[in-house]
Amino acid sequence: MSILIDKNTRVLTQGITGKTGQFHTRMGKEYANGKNCYVAGVTPKKGGQSYEGIPIFETVKEAREKTGANVSVIYVPPPFAAAAIDEAVDAGLDLVICITEGIPVRDMVRTRYKMQGKKTILVGPNCPGVITPDEIKIGIMPGHIHKQGPVGVVSRSGTLTYEAVGQLMELGLGQSTCVGIGGDPVNGLKHVDVLKMFNDDPQTEAVVMVGEIGGSNEEEAARWVKANMKKPVVGFIAGVTAPPGKRMGHAGAIISGGKGTAAEKREVMEACGIKVTGNPAEMGKLLKSVLK
Amino acid sequence: MKIHEYQAKEILRKYGVATPRGFPCFSVDEAAEAARKLGGTVWVVKAQIHAGGRGKGGGVKLARSLDEVRVHASRILGMQLKTHQTGPEGQKVRRLLVEEGANITKELYAGMVVDRGSQRVVLMASSEGGMDIEEVAAKSPEKIHKVTVDPVTGLTTRDAEDIARKAGVPEKAAAQARALLQGLYRVFDETDASLAEINPLILTGDDRVLALDAKMNFDDNALFRHPEIVAMRDLDEEDPAEIEASKYDLSYISLDGNIGCLVNGAGLAMATMDIIKLYGGEPANFLDVGGGASTEKVTEAFKIMLRNPRLKAILVNIFGGIMKCDVIAEGVVTAAREVHLKVPLVVRLEGTNVGIGKKILAESRLPIISASNMADAAQKAVGAANGK
Repeated sequence: MSILIDKNTRVLTQGITGKTGQFHTRMGKEYANGKNCYVAGVTPKKGGQSYEGIPIFETVKEAREKTGANVSVIYVPPPFAAAAIDEAVDAGLDLVICITEGIPVRDMVRTRYKMQGKKTILVGPNCPGVITPDEIKIGIMPGHIHKQGPVGVVSRSGTLTYEAVGQLMELGLGQSTCVGIGGDPVNGLKHVDVLKMFNDDPQTEAVVMVGEIGGSNEEEAARWVKANMKKPVVGFIAGVTAPPGKRMGHAGAIISGGKGTAAEKREVMEACGIKVTGNPAEMGKLLKSVLK
Repeated sequence: MKIHEYQAKEILRKYGVATPRGFPCFSVDEAAEAARKLGGTVWVVKAQIHAGGRGKGGGVKLARSLDEVRVHASRILGMQLKTHQTGPEGQKVRRLLVEEGANITKELYAGMVVDRGSQRVVLMASSEGGMDIEEVAAKSPEKIHKVTVDPVTGLTTRDAEDIARKAGVPEKAAAQARALLQGLYRVFDETDASLAEINPLILTGDDRVLALDAKMNFDDNALFRHPEIVAMRDLDEEDPAEIEASKYDLSYISLDGNIGCLVNGAGLAMATMDIIKLYGGEPANFLDVGGGASTEKVTEAFKIMLRNPRLKAILVNIFGGIMKCDVIAEGVVTAAREVHLKVPLVVRLEGTNVGIGKKILAESRLPIISASNMADAAQKAVGAANGK
């Protein structure tokens, strides 16, 4: 088992004719069961063409109807990426993973508004994607550093997630699924949503939760863990040394109620029973210590 | 991106947000001329820098004659204005705003941001304007009123009037306050602002509602569709190292320490700073070279770090995914040769093609200190910076 994606997932790439979309579609196709998973691409005005044997369609709806794709990954440039998410949601896909970095916040506010009441789940934007090791990789993470196992990983950062995975692997610990939720202020899945899924996933025995300064998602996740989580969770929060002057004026601080520092997050997480390390080189070791 | 108060007021006026009349000035003569044009008997001379807290630092002065306008303008122009947001060295004042004086009867607060929690724009207002609003929020949160704005309907008349009333706007000024707040939302939405703050929002003796101060920041990701905002950028207000870095698509922030960091990815870059601190060192900068660093980018990153006279060591921490370790190793070697590196260089490589990358570093015969993991790298960098 795993969460969000597995070997039966069928993926379409939005923005498959761009350089980034092509490269990562090829890497995804070459990883584990990718050959069967990557079934379609979408680029307006390029319908009828193909890439690496993957047929390209004009619209997400058409790609879904003709290939049975249920998940989309987006590499569309930032000015058009929010509209690409809207299209995938309107086409009724189960999951949209948006890798694109640099989408205007206002576009995401409107997209999230339109997503209300729709069944589609969004991961990202500005994220590395999702991988279920040895089954399927959707996104830009290096596949070869992972292997299947009992640890769930959820993180706002890309390379810091790889760092956590690298440390787990040194200790011989594989992963059930690794989810990069992205660092943008307005996005899809939050830490808490992913933790709920790991809680229900029989393969996942423990979770590494990697956070960053800003917002209050980690605190919300921690409170949920305290009340509901049946599995051990360990964490790290990046940004203890981030300079306080580099924030968004008064209003940004007020809206979070003066919260969002690394120290504050750590305190709340620890109070909720999550073991947190201040040393980013010890995420793997800490996880190992809580595994039964 | 940040802009000056006078620029924010120019934008706000276009959207029907009332402000005192005033003119930006770049010299003492211009300041005197501005006061003469404005007329009246009281003027305010305001330093224009991007940092807040200008009044406390002596950057905002009241003048009761044209001579006083000249005196204040000559004192403020060119001064190193120190506020809690500028750092100890202060910021040089190059621009002024000369405004008509206002007859203030009450100071309120209005601010707008995108709230992560609700994923909407939120308008905040308070009767406690003019003072440190963060302190108000911390000590008496019940005095901060909030409205979450529906992106389709915008700020409704009802919500605008309701929050104005809660913030203490009297009935006779209610219509003006509503128009001002709705204008504030429209400007926030249409210009892709990330922050709009009016502190204080004032009520005057003749029952007007005015934005006495204004602060606006904009979403960098949306600047491509706002050339009129980009034109307002004032490079004098930005860190030269950060401007240089942005030319090469590098994300760089200057810090106070002596260990330069070159990392791929913002999260890992922050974690690298954290671990340096954990082992007793101080990072000199935050530097994220991104996912596709070329040899040229790495070389420029080295040059920018090396401009810092405090620099005692450099730590390169790369977890190669898409970015291959051999490419980054080539970049590091080329850069180290080109800049004739004199400070110790600690390199930690992990991920794709790590073996080839390490070989390239070893065969370069440069005095590179190789590290096996993040903790090892941080300890070696801290040791090197301390001359050990």
